[in-house]
Amino acid sequence: MAKTLFEKIWDRHLVRDLPDGTSLLYIDRHLVHEVTSPQAFEGLRLTGRNVRHPELTFSTMDHNVPTDENRLNIQDPISAAQVEALEKNCADFGINLYGIGDSRQGIVHVIGPELGITLPGLTMVCGDSHTSTHGAFGALAFGIGTSEVEHVLATQTLRQKKARTFKVEYTGKLSPHVHSKDMVLKLIGMIGTAGGTGSVFEFCGEAVRSLSMEARMTICNMSIEGGARAGLIAPDETTFEYITAKDRPFAPKGAELERALAQWRSLPSDPDAVFDRTLTIDASKIAPQVTWGTSPGMVIDVDQPVPGLNDVAGYSPADVRKALDYMGLESGQKMTDIRPDTIFIGSCTNSRIEDLRRAAAILKGRKKADSIKLLVVPGSHQVRLQAEAEGLDKVFKDAGAEWRWAGCSMCLAMNPDKLAPQERCASTSNRNFEGRQGAGGRTHLVSPEMAAAAAVEGHFVDIRTWNGGN
Amino acid sequence: MDAFTTHRGIVAPLDRANVDTDQIIPKQFLKSIKRTGFGPSAFFDWRYQIDGTPNPEFELNKPRYAERSILLTRNNFGCGSSREHAVWALAQDGYRAIVAPFRGEGDDHIPGFADIFKNNCSKNGVVTIELSEAAVEEIFQAVFAEEGLEATVNLEDQKLILHKASGDMVYSFEYDDSVKNKLVNGLDDIEESLQYMDDIKSFEQTHDTWMLS
Ligand code: SF4
Repeated sequence: MAKTLFEKIWDRHLVRDLPDGTSLLYIDRHLVHEVTSPQAFEGLRLTGRNVRHPELTFSTMDHNVPTDENRLNIQDPISAAQVEALEKNCADFGINLYGIGDSRQGIVHVIGPELGITLPGLTMVCGDSHTSTHGAFGALAFGIGTSEVEHVLATQTLRQKKARTFKVEYTGKLSPHVHSKDMVLKLIGMIGTAGGTGSVFEFCGEAVRSLSMEARMTICNMSIEGGARAGLIAPDETTFEYITAKDRPFAPKGAELERALAQWRSLPSDPDAVFDRTLTIDASKIAPQVTWGTSPGMVIDVDQPVPGLNDVAGYSPADVRKALDYMGLESGQKMTDIRPDTIFIGSCTNSRIEDLRRAAAILKGRKKADSIKLLVVPGSHQVRLQAEAEGLDKVFKDAGAEWRWAGCSMCLAMNPDKLAPQERCASTSNRNFEGRQGAGGRTHLVSPEMAAAAAVEGHFVDIRTWNGGN
Repeated sequence: MDAFTTHRGIVAPLDRANVDTDQIIPKQFLKSIKRTGFGPSAFFDWRYQIDGTPNPEFELNKPRYAERSILLTRNNFGCGSSREHAVWALAQDGYRAIVAPFRGEGDDHIPGFADIFKNNCSKNGVVTIELSEAAVEEIFQAVFAEEGLEATVNLEDQKLILHKASGDMVYSFEYDDSVKNKLVNGLDDIEESLQYMDDIKSFEQTHDTWMLS
């Protein structure tokens, strides 16, 4: 029978079906960070259980770490305690840890692919909803709660019900300066933040095939904002090139690699495989996207005005009113008149080398507007080093940006980088929820290029026509 | 985990859709390495004023809901971050069940709860009840009209019984059999899965995970 990519991975990891209607699924890689793991390790200790496969478990620190020059000394004692707890847990249970100061440290969803931990056809989990990022390699990767983290640590399996399959096909070619962030925001605007609930997306089509791995990760990263726990992209030559082009310590090599490649090439969905749901989006018609509200589904083309109370599918007029009040916006206002105070380029959505290159291409030879605070935070230490090797740090600093060390930074305000109440931010991250970037802070989600151009002008611009479209 | 069979308590309304887990428990509380103490921080940014005193405008702060244990809300509750702290906060703040509406069918379906949140609830003995939008609207109106309105959650029979002054209203809900079995019997997931260790070991014999040894 013809199978989808999802079904092939599922079948290869099925330990057994259980009498209660769930399935025991084998987990190949377990990523762990400091925020969602302490209670799971505590659970293991209380029950006298062990970590079944410490060598398949990988750990880093990202949420709490400061990203400024003083990052090695965490001032907040509670953050420091959480970081220390992870150090102790990893030492006690024999788990790989890439902590602060380690050259491999970074946001968990950036270092997984970088180190070759993420590979096609694997099952991967992490106590973090953006684990969907790794689906860009054709790995079934999804976020889990802390109870499930403990379950995976103890058994290297997870009890799951099979998800529905949802194919999202992007036909045609993207317009210049429109990129994968816009593709995924557009999708979320169309189906809503619950549209993919219970499903696994498979992103395909010409516009997806022509994307780099970094850009693919951006799309899969935001699957969860569309309600789906996982998003997949079939592995292809671009994927294999990414895995083999650099020394990725945990990726197979030599004869092992040949064997792996043969298996990986059999992963893509069969041509006649049937999906539970299919949606086609014409990529050539996608405009740069900007969110105007407090949910990623509250998103609009940059050349459109802030919508009216009754104009937003999936949200009641009261929801829209609340969001506009929180954001300090009025219906009918032009998106390009909105003036952010702060620009944040970073997060597991858009902090990889290509994202930084794209932002730097806009900022090169230019300066940020005086009113703007500009923060550029690489996703990992490796990204930081590479950016510096390419001179991107200089471009950012010359433009007036703060060039930081790796971490989640202003994506979620668990560390010193946060917005003040009513501070307005154009952010390349993934969530514009109330208070996400700091209590009372106002977030507009955009692509790195849109963020960089807003930094120069002091307000949003349509990047397709800005500066003559060059 | 304690078994859940039936629970009777006061219903409190949170008349908002798409309540995300950042609202249920803001990030500053995720720094704790403990599993307890989250209750007072549930809905923190809505619940308290800047000076730390309770916000009188927040619906759940009304004295009539002080003793509530069933939360009534709108669709897609618990979306966003996977943080189980959100469920710990609600459970420790005294909620045993949450009622939310699903909307539409097929491609237009919007669920009452986000996936990971619902799953996390099931691990912590919090029952998620999805009803039609019409039913939930009816319950909202009843809760607004009648102070101290109570309901009973009967998980075994999958029924929510609203105890109105004019008589009981009974709503049936769908519920996953495997989760129900676990909650009703207070079973531990890990304990159960460990019984399949032989299957796991034999699976590992032939499975490629592409780890360099
Ligand atoms: S960058 Fe943001 S979304 Fe990504 S893992 Fe960190 S906090 Fe989560």
